[in-house]
Amino acid sequence: MSDSDTVGRPGAPGLARGPRGGAAPDTAPEAPISTPKGSGGTPTQPPKVITRPGDKIFKALTVGSGVFVVAMIALIGIFLLIQAIPSLADNQANFLFGRDWDADPEGGLAFGVLDLLLVTVFSAVFALIIAMPVSLGIALFLTQYAPRRLARPFAYLVDLLAAVPSIIYGLWGAYVLAPALSPISTWLNENLGFIPLFATGTSNLAIGQTIFTAGIVLAVMLLPIITAISREVFDRTPSMQVEGALALGATKWEVVRTTVLPFGRAGYISASMLGLGRALGETIAVLIILSSTTSHFGFSLFDGGDTIASKIARAAQEFNDPRGAGAYIAAGLVLFVLTFVVNAFARAIIAGHKEYE
Amino acid sequence: MSTATDLNRPAAPPAFQEINASRRFKNRLATILVGGTFVLALAPLVWLLITVIAKGFQHVLNADWWQKSLAGLTSRQFGGGVYHAIIGTLLQGLICAVIAVPIAILVAVYLVEYGKRSRLAKAVTFTVDILSGVPSIVAALFIYALCITTLGMPRSAFAVSLALVLLMIPVVVRTTEELLKIVPDELREAAYALGVPKWKTIVKIVIPTALSGIITGVSLAIARVMGETAPVLVLVGYTTFINYDPFGGSMASLPLLMTSERLTTNEVGEARVWGAAVTLILIITVFNLLGSLISRLTSLKTK
Repeated sequence: MSDSDTVGRPGAPGLARGPRGGAAPDTAPEAPISTPKGSGGTPTQPPKVITRPGDKIFKALTVGSGVFVVAMIALIGIFLLIQAIPSLADNQANFLFGRDWDADPEGGLAFGVLDLLLVTVFSAVFALIIAMPVSLGIALFLTQYAPRRLARPFAYLVDLLAAVPSIIYGLWGAYVLAPALSPISTWLNENLGFIPLFATGTSNLAIGQTIFTAGIVLAVMLLPIITAISREVFDRTPSMQVEGALALGATKWEVVRTTVLPFGRAGYISASMLGLGRALGETIAVLIILSSTTSHFGFSLFDGGDTIASKIARAAQEFNDPRGAGAYIAAGLVLFVLTFVVNAFARAIIAGHKEYE
Repeated sequence: MSTATDLNRPAAPPAFQEINASRRFKNRLATILVGGTFVLALAPLVWLLITVIAKGFQHVLNADWWQKSLAGLTSRQFGGGVYHAIIGTLLQGLICAVIAVPIAILVAVYLVEYGKRSRLAKAVTFTVDILSGVPSIVAALFIYALCITTLGMPRSAFAVSLALVLLMIPVVVRTTEELLKIVPDELREAAYALGVPKWKTIVKIVIPTALSGIITGVSLAIARVMGETAPVLVLVGYTTFINYDPFGGSMASLPLLMTSERLTTNEVGEARVWGAAVTLILIITVFNLLGSLISRLTSLKTK
């Protein structure tokens, strides 16, 4: 069986690839070599397949590793669920729709994940709205506009954004960016405060520990992720289309608008979804930037609060009681399912487009 | 005869019409906007690096910073260093690599050499994709649920390494898979023609051909996991002492030191946090450079 993978390449039996043994191409056809043994009645004798123990062991190792990885993702779900169930059973509040989080086992558990979930999704979507157009621009700049010779170093610079650890983004966001943004957020709040998005929230604007700041920092962290994938897709725009558009007298922008963007749209959306998944799960930057609060989330950018990830991390050092920890694990399970769905969706978009391969 | 003037005059009116103003304007505007986004992306990078260096670089110039721990120092005393945290960061990153790299390479070998388009291969590819999107806090919670609650292990640096393994495997699988794919089939066929078993072909021909790229990928992945904070928050305690034992006791690491010292709201805490930030960036840079250096040294000599 292991022999057939190497010799009988599906789809190309008669091509230049010589059979094992370096036989001249004009000798007997290849088909009998890869004929499965069970078929019976083949006129030529099936070649003797030598399976060496080394081959068997090595193949078993690689298959085992593959199975291990698949099992891992299932185990993550299962273990989180097992650990969450006892706490969920003890929970006196509605887990999915409750808005208060009390995971202190002393007074009885009453935790609802809704508020955390709302802050998580709200800040991630806000970050995505900022990051999407900017990374589209960067990807276009790097693939279409930048001088050929500089495109590579420029791309490297953008990739550097991904190399910075998120804790450093968090420190920068909380201690440098937040005070710098405070005039902008104060202005937005004073002049556009009638829009719920800019209404006065639970966080002090002068300090700036708001979803507004966190979202902007998250957006910066998403730029390299979205850009990297979009860039790859834009690069694969068929040159025939580009040249066709140029021949019709299109300007650079019209070339981009009529060929590059339609071709790369699905890849760009998929990249953005992957970015969203990343933003949903970001922990430490959000933890450092957001001020925690006891009041409910009011759909304002100037609220504080906690995302699921930052709530878990905030409590992590006190995970001593299994029931209390179980509450956070239940929240982690929600986050896992959420990112799973977003990521699977992103992959499904790109999997439907064969031209990207 | 006035040939010169005749030659200069076009025989027919030009076919190419001037681009009208609005199209020209749109084109110009798009160019400016697209260029602007690039500058916009670089602004935070430059701003962040300047901030970190301005606030932290002075502290790492002291030799003590690299050789001493913070043991015995209160939160009001300057001095000491982050040796304990550097050791922790490196130890956790390396243990993680020792576990993750062989698994990841085997998975990539399976995908490229054995799996092809089988159902398991599709499942593995899908899982690797999903795994690369699993938030680090979820990986940490999983290890917490598995090792600490279920198996009864204490919180330890080893648990952190296990959580980092989950984050590292997809990164290494991806790069290795891409590299194995571009190893020319002729090399494999030449080996088979000489009667070399498949596994030996892979181990001695295919992987060495891709090795330099794999090393670069691995060192980038190590650099990435060393900056992860969520697993160390959940899975190990902070200490100011040096601890070489990954299986027991608290162990500091640079991200953990930053999150702990951040709560010290005075100049001492600030110095430690930003100094540690510079140190972390330096270590990550070194790993990135080391990766490309090693890969240059090990790359196959081609003429």
